[in-house]
Amino acid sequence: MLKFFLSRLATFVPTFIGVTLISFAFIRVLPGDPIVVMAGERGVSAERYEELRSQYGFDQPLWVQFWEYFTGVLQGDLGESFITNRPVWDEFFSLFPATMELSIVAIIIATALGLPAGVIAAVNRGKFFDRALMSTALIGYSMPIFWWALLLIIVFSGNLGWTPVSGRIGLLYYFDDVTGFMLIDSLLSGQKGAFTSAVSHLILPSIVLATIPLAVIARQTRSAMLEVLSEDYIRTARAKGLSPGRVNGLHALRNAMIPVITVIGLSVGTLLAGAILTETIFSWPGIGKWMVDSIFRRDYPVVQGGLLMIAVIVMIVNLTVDLLYGLINPKIRKR
Amino acid sequence: MADASAQTGKQMIGTRPSRLRDFWNSFRENRGAVIGLYVFLAFLLVAVFAPLIAPYSPSAQFRDAILQPPVWQDGGTWQFALGTDAVGRDMLSRLIHGARFSFFVGIVVVVVAVTGGVIIGLIAGFAPSWLDALIMRLMDIILAFPSLLLALVLVAVLGPTLLNAMIAIALVLQPHYVRLTRASVMSERSKDYVTASRVAGAGRLRLMFITVLPNCLAPIIVQAALSFSTAILDAAALGFLGMGAQPPTPEWGTMLADAREFVLRAWWVVTFPGIAILVTVLAINLMGDGLRDALDPKLKRS
Repeated sequence: MLKFFLSRLATFVPTFIGVTLISFAFIRVLPGDPIVVMAGERGVSAERYEELRSQYGFDQPLWVQFWEYFTGVLQGDLGESFITNRPVWDEFFSLFPATMELSIVAIIIATALGLPAGVIAAVNRGKFFDRALMSTALIGYSMPIFWWALLLIIVFSGNLGWTPVSGRIGLLYYFDDVTGFMLIDSLLSGQKGAFTSAVSHLILPSIVLATIPLAVIARQTRSAMLEVLSEDYIRTARAKGLSPGRVNGLHALRNAMIPVITVIGLSVGTLLAGAILTETIFSWPGIGKWMVDSIFRRDYPVVQGGLLMIAVIVMIVNLTVDLLYGLINPKIRKR
Repeated sequence: MADASAQTGKQMIGTRPSRLRDFWNSFRENRGAVIGLYVFLAFLLVAVFAPLIAPYSPSAQFRDAILQPPVWQDGGTWQFALGTDAVGRDMLSRLIHGARFSFFVGIVVVVVAVTGGVIIGLIAGFAPSWLDALIMRLMDIILAFPSLLLALVLVAVLGPTLLNAMIAIALVLQPHYVRLTRASVMSERSKDYVTASRVAGAGRLRLMFITVLPNCLAPIIVQAALSFSTAILDAAALGFLGMGAQPPTPEWGTMLADAREFVLRAWWVVTFPGIAILVTVLAINLMGDGLRDALDPKLKRS
């Protein structure tokens, strides 16, 4: 087990260095001189230009710049935003809870609906339910989610007027961040209606973000279940006279869960990519919107730092899934 | 007796369905896949003959018919069957021309990603282990970034045009082909036919491209079909974010971006481009599922 652990870690380190190198390199090749961008429309004198260049280290050789950046990254220093002058690290972590809340709710929705859908489809294989569920799943899988978001806004915000169009909470409510999760903070604040407001803001974005993972989980659960259902021990369980609910729910689902859990774990990348679109459309103040805004504002340190942080999060989650998988299934370790 | 069996043997060879026929027969079993194929062919025809089919030019503005609803709603006319957008352009004509862009994106991205990915994958599969490890680490690095985010930043670096969006998407999709090809090469390489070919004196290039590659193609073809739809979706998403085709290009994602401010006033400007994307992507995915079942019995959905 230790050997397996170390071998996975050994591939993690070079990938991490590579990811840092790539996010570093992107900014050096972006069009436009960062200092000219930072100076804005007022422009900058030649003296001041040189001064800023040396202040930000742009006059150093590239490898020195990379080394400084890399050692900075290891200490949690990602530079400062050109626009707000706040450290990128702080900005990232002040916005991250919003994205996290959205993603967690989305993955809960996706799992809570996708698992039963997949099981029902597998048990009714080839029948009406199976076909209906799997057609729906394929539609969800093919959905351009930015359009799906607009449709939901038209129906639920426009025609029915049930949900707000943007933001995390109504303007009427104000309270301090405790956990950064609006659902929890609004409850803690004790203000009447705050929690309902938070929920109504969260519902559409989380449905949009859940759509693709939901379809993937349903399809994956179905095929994993089908595979398990043809195993001998299932036949044995049936022969013993166990009820179908017990056989399908307990014996089969438990073993079908392993690939499904992997899929759930690995959908973090999909979620973060989906968050870029979802947050932009719903003006959700998370890292997805922050990244898009920063790209348009040419806020290089933010783009660079955000790209790196997101990649590192994806890598850490993937590594964890990998290690857990090895822990559950000893066969994997041998590879 | 020997004659007779030779006779039946010959007959069997004569009547044995060709591989293509065999493939078509199992593809045809999947009704969804066949529907997907027809829709895709229709989409292809529309894309090819767009200027002939479309009633108007995609950029022609009819100033006296701004935001006109589709024909079945009050105020709609047959002149603009699917209504007009905010500057009076015919939605139907724009959608028809948009098919060209989506199709073009799909083709270019898949060709670039598959060619690059397969060649790199073959090299990795045949290379000494240090080069193999180097290539695979590089692919891991690309895969660590969420694909849309990486494409977005790449386009920001290269400049927001449709061509750059295609390059970015192709680059992001490529590692999947590298991994797929390498994995198939690894499992094929040790088989007897490859050893036989090597003993017979086949050079490395011949081994790679003529002996091994054809036997690795099935999963690659399936993945290519699925990438086609991913490419269309991602290009539309980039266009929607303002980082793909630029207005007034009638690209479906870009049209949606233009339509955003009319979400609550003119549903048709928002709805139709999205339906176009969804139907196209769905058709290709249906086809991809059918291809997978027909080409790769191992992956069969049982």
